[in-house]
Amino acid sequence: MSTPFFQFDIGLDLFPMLAATLAAVGCGLLGNFLVLRKLSLMGDAISHSVLPGLVIAFLIASTRSPLVMFLGAAIAGVTTVLLVELVKKYARVEPGAAMGVVFSALFALGVLLIERAAVRHIDLDADCVLHGQLETLVWYGAPQKLSELIQFSNLSEVPRQIYVLLSMVVAAFIFVGVFFKELRIAAFDPALSTTQGFNATLLHYLLMIFVSAATVASFEAVGSILVIAMLICPAATARLMTDRLHTQIAMSVVVSIICGIGGYVAATAVPAVFGKDAVNAAGSMSVVAGLILAIAIIGAPKHGLITRIIRRKKLALRIAIDDVLATLYRAEESGQNVTIRSLKQMLIGRSVDSAIAASVRKKMLLQDQSQLSLTQSGRDTASAIVRKHRLWEYYLVENAGFAPDHVHDTAEQLEHLKTQPPAGPSTDPHGKSIP
Amino acid sequence: MPSASEILQTLTFQSGYNTNLVILGTTLLGLAAGIIGVFALLRKRSLMTDALSHATLPGITVAFLVSTALGVNSKSLPLLLFGAAASGIIGVLCIQAILRFSRLREDAAIGIVLSVFFGAGIVGLSYIQANAASGSAGLNKFIYGQAATMQPPDVLLMGGIAVAAMLATFLFLKEFALVCFNDSFAQVDGWPVSVIDLVMMGLVVLVTVAGLQAVGLILVVAMLIIPAVAARLWTDRLLQLVIIAGLIGAGSGYLGSVISALLPRKPAGAVIVLTCSGIFLFSMIAAPSRGIISATWRRIRLRLQIEADHLFEHAHENAKFVITQVELKELSQFRAWSPAFRWVLIRSILSEGQVVRVSEGFELTRAGANRGAQVSRNHALWEQYLMSYADVAPSHVDWSVDQVEHVLSQELVSELERTLSSRGIMIPQPNESSV
Amino acid sequence: MPVHPTIQESSQGLATRPEHSANSPLSIHAMTVAYHRKPVLWDVDYDAPPNKLIAIVGPNGAGKSTLIKSCLGLIPRASGQVEFWGLSYKQARSRVGYVPQRESVDWDFPVSALDVVCMGRYRMIGWCKPVSKKHKEAALSCLDQVGMREFANRQISQLSGGQQQRVFLARALAQEADLYFMDEPFAGVDAATERAIVQVLRKLKENNKTVIVVHHDLQTVPDYFDEVILLNMRVVAAGEVSDVFTSENLHKTYGGRLTLLAEAAEAVARASSGNT
Repeated sequence: MSTPFFQFDIGLDLFPMLAATLAAVGCGLLGNFLVLRKLSLMGDAISHSVLPGLVIAFLIASTRSPLVMFLGAAIAGVTTVLLVELVKKYARVEPGAAMGVVFSALFALGVLLIERAAVRHIDLDADCVLHGQLETLVWYGAPQKLSELIQFSNLSEVPRQIYVLLSMVVAAFIFVGVFFKELRIAAFDPALSTTQGFNATLLHYLLMIFVSAATVASFEAVGSILVIAMLICPAATARLMTDRLHTQIAMSVVVSIICGIGGYVAATAVPAVFGKDAVNAAGSMSVVAGLILAIAIIGAPKHGLITRIIRRKKLALRIAIDDVLATLYRAEESGQNVTIRSLKQMLIGRSVDSAIAASVRKKMLLQDQSQLSLTQSGRDTASAIVRKHRLWEYYLVENAGFAPDHVHDTAEQLEHLKTQPPAGPSTDPHGKSIP
Repeated sequence: MPSASEILQTLTFQSGYNTNLVILGTTLLGLAAGIIGVFALLRKRSLMTDALSHATLPGITVAFLVSTALGVNSKSLPLLLFGAAASGIIGVLCIQAILRFSRLREDAAIGIVLSVFFGAGIVGLSYIQANAASGSAGLNKFIYGQAATMQPPDVLLMGGIAVAAMLATFLFLKEFALVCFNDSFAQVDGWPVSVIDLVMMGLVVLVTVAGLQAVGLILVVAMLIIPAVAARLWTDRLLQLVIIAGLIGAGSGYLGSVISALLPRKPAGAVIVLTCSGIFLFSMIAAPSRGIISATWRRIRLRLQIEADHLFEHAHENAKFVITQVELKELSQFRAWSPAFRWVLIRSILSEGQVVRVSEGFELTRAGANRGAQVSRNHALWEQYLMSYADVAPSHVDWSVDQVEHVLSQELVSELERTLSSRGIMIPQPNESSV
Repeated sequence: MPVHPTIQESSQGLATRPEHSANSPLSIHAMTVAYHRKPVLWDVDYDAPPNKLIAIVGPNGAGKSTLIKSCLGLIPRASGQVEFWGLSYKQARSRVGYVPQRESVDWDFPVSALDVVCMGRYRMIGWCKPVSKKHKEAALSCLDQVGMREFANRQISQLSGGQQQRVFLARALAQEADLYFMDEPFAGVDAATERAIVQVLRKLKENNKTVIVVHHDLQTVPDYFDEVILLNMRVVAAGEVSDVFTSENLHKTYGGRLTLLAEAAEAVARASSGNT
């Protein structure tokens, strides 16, 4: 290809990309605690219901000063939480329904108020609330070279939104850093955290205030609904990748950065492949977040679908090998001859062929046409398995109260475990010797 | 502002065929949404419907693009709504898949689907805006709704869907109730629970899709949830619940569309939802038994009863027939009565004829003295019970002695007497003649 | 205390019972059940004798509820068969009644006690038809049998825990079944309810029904029941109360000698979910 599909232009792309990434990082960081505390939908509710708070703050103060915005958002956020509690208490409905009532009513109020604000020429419109206006952060007369960028005088060119987002991200990091221990306990066990002298309710409200603030700060960049994507998706992705909270948080930040930059680039680059114009960057960010999450669901190292399927396959093969070897061992014991065919009949439901192939490869089995025989190492392995089986049978009958004619199948399952049965006598309940 | 006669005309279906049709259509929609929302609420799926409605957006844009590509009329409403329904259903299936194949919880799954699908829809919209020859031409109306611009065929489609959904609900009322109340029993009883669930979800999809044009996809969830939760405050009976929710929905659909016909600049969806929220607010404050007023009134009355009980118990135990002002002051301090509360308390026992005003304070009447004796005896009964049934009592210790003695019903008192007398414990009846 | 059989004898007796008898209202053969791949019931064999009151007892987590839920197909079985009078559950369903655990439903649901009992008649009423007067009367008489007729029109959240339990019992009676499964009906109920439930159980027995009850109160087992299944992940012993309900068997059921079996179940779960 002669022309790259995405050409970074400082004037057009620097600020939008920066804003998108900052919004994603701030929301992604706080989202960890929403996802862990099963409060994702509170993020959803708040991102809808900060709208009226914001508009009312505008209408009263007639200014876009960040302080007024945050005040409006914080009040709206806390009000939402309180109203949800109130509806839950009096209407006695599940929290989801209570949230639905509160946030949809407040959002409707916000939409109506926006129309009023529009009449008074305050620059806010309903569509920008939904999908942001990253594209407006153009830097006219930007330097063309990166080297000219790092100059003190350029700081004054940085738009207000970037500063707002930057302070939000810094505040979010400080909040999480200072209260990390408390947030972790509260996420795991709110009751415990209260008994330990830290008020979980207070922390809850603090978290909600921060979420509201992050929502408002990100509003202009990515829009209210896409804020939800940034609150939930990176944290959910990280949660699938790791079991440790530290790692999860670090990962969610990385995923957020990828969503911000990747989403922004994809919005221009993907349509360009087909010779089309760019699409909305905020929407593209949330699609990228969704795709990353889908990849994590399928391919995560420990909890992913593929890993789980492979593990199960491996386990099935190990069990099949164990069974093949043990069957041959028992046949040797009783002096019988075993062919592949009879083996398959005895071990229905096991993948006998691959088990034989694997055993031959491991030099535990010798195959001569359809005749099978154990090598010495195969015999040793098999005798260990049979020993485990018979010990389990002994344990089940003597200690667990199973009938002797019922233990075979159970022991069959247990013999494949790595757990060792307790030691026992030299013969099993059927009178066979335990090797 | 519209004049009074204009308002009356619109309210009474005298302002032109189109307007009437729109009013009728939204009223029917409100009716259907209210009715079906009851089952979404009872099945605890309120917010699942929110995800569903947000997930319709990409379907609309895809349907638009496909029909443009095929050269079909790209504004054909049935086609767009079909696309909406299809992607809404895919969204719900994605929620199920996330729950099935990952360890994420329902709240996260709902938030993820809601925001990622909506983001994809925004991408689609911006793509159409930038690239399609005809522009996005009115697709935006599906986001916030635009009742006033609806055409007769659109309204007929919406009304038809609403009526069909309603009929289905009344046909399967019994089955829906069974599954919502106790699905495991329904399954054991041989009902195809998943099919019934599917029908319920299908009806929600139908109503959502029907409501897109009038209310918009962000707020259509409000039409499903709010009437149901509001109706829940008024009644404890399923059929009544369904009817009241339907009426609230229809009422807000009617009023909302009348208002938005009179004030075309106002976004119809927001107006309808706010009307609905207004009815909800009224219900939460004024509903009998569950409303805030009646709950507060009940709490005050209970407190009055308990405190009056204490007053009479105090008099009985100190063998007093006159409570002096000084004693009343001491008692108020001890029981933490505010002066206002004390005033109300005295009024209430005066009006019940249990005390009369005398020069040095209040003299107990016969009724008042009996009450003191009765309370004092209940207290003794309950204490005896707790002491002699220490083995069963632990399950009752959370009922503090202080509370229980005031709420003991006559049947409970006789049960206590029976239980205690079987152990040979007798608490003498208050001897009325000694008073 | 009767002389109790040794474990081997009782287990062998169990194994030699005739399998899949058409007389037995419930025969379980080699049933293993796993929750999230963790085995909770191992290799259960049991034949319920007809016309008996049967208790399932065992410690918490022994799989008591799981046993009846998997018989009823609410939890899938990993292996084994369950037959009702020699038939599959699907075929025999109309003769089986069920009382779920009280906590399993939302008692704030907007229905009256009578409405709940009528749900037991739904399978006789069929799809889409409303509840007719005849069925309502039948439901009322079921409420009468549990002493709850006067509460028929009360909304269920306004009933006490014991009364709610009796409503559930009445609903099962309304099913007019021959075999009943009851999941912890005695849990957390008042004395009046306990008496009412026992009365209903005895009456069911008089009418040749079989009732299988998950029970937690060991003291009352000999008074209330004919047969008992001692369960702790597998059937420790089962049979007539006088034979089986011995201190040694109870010790085996509740004692801590099975930690290794529980550990093994954990290991099976870890292995099969792939988190070795």
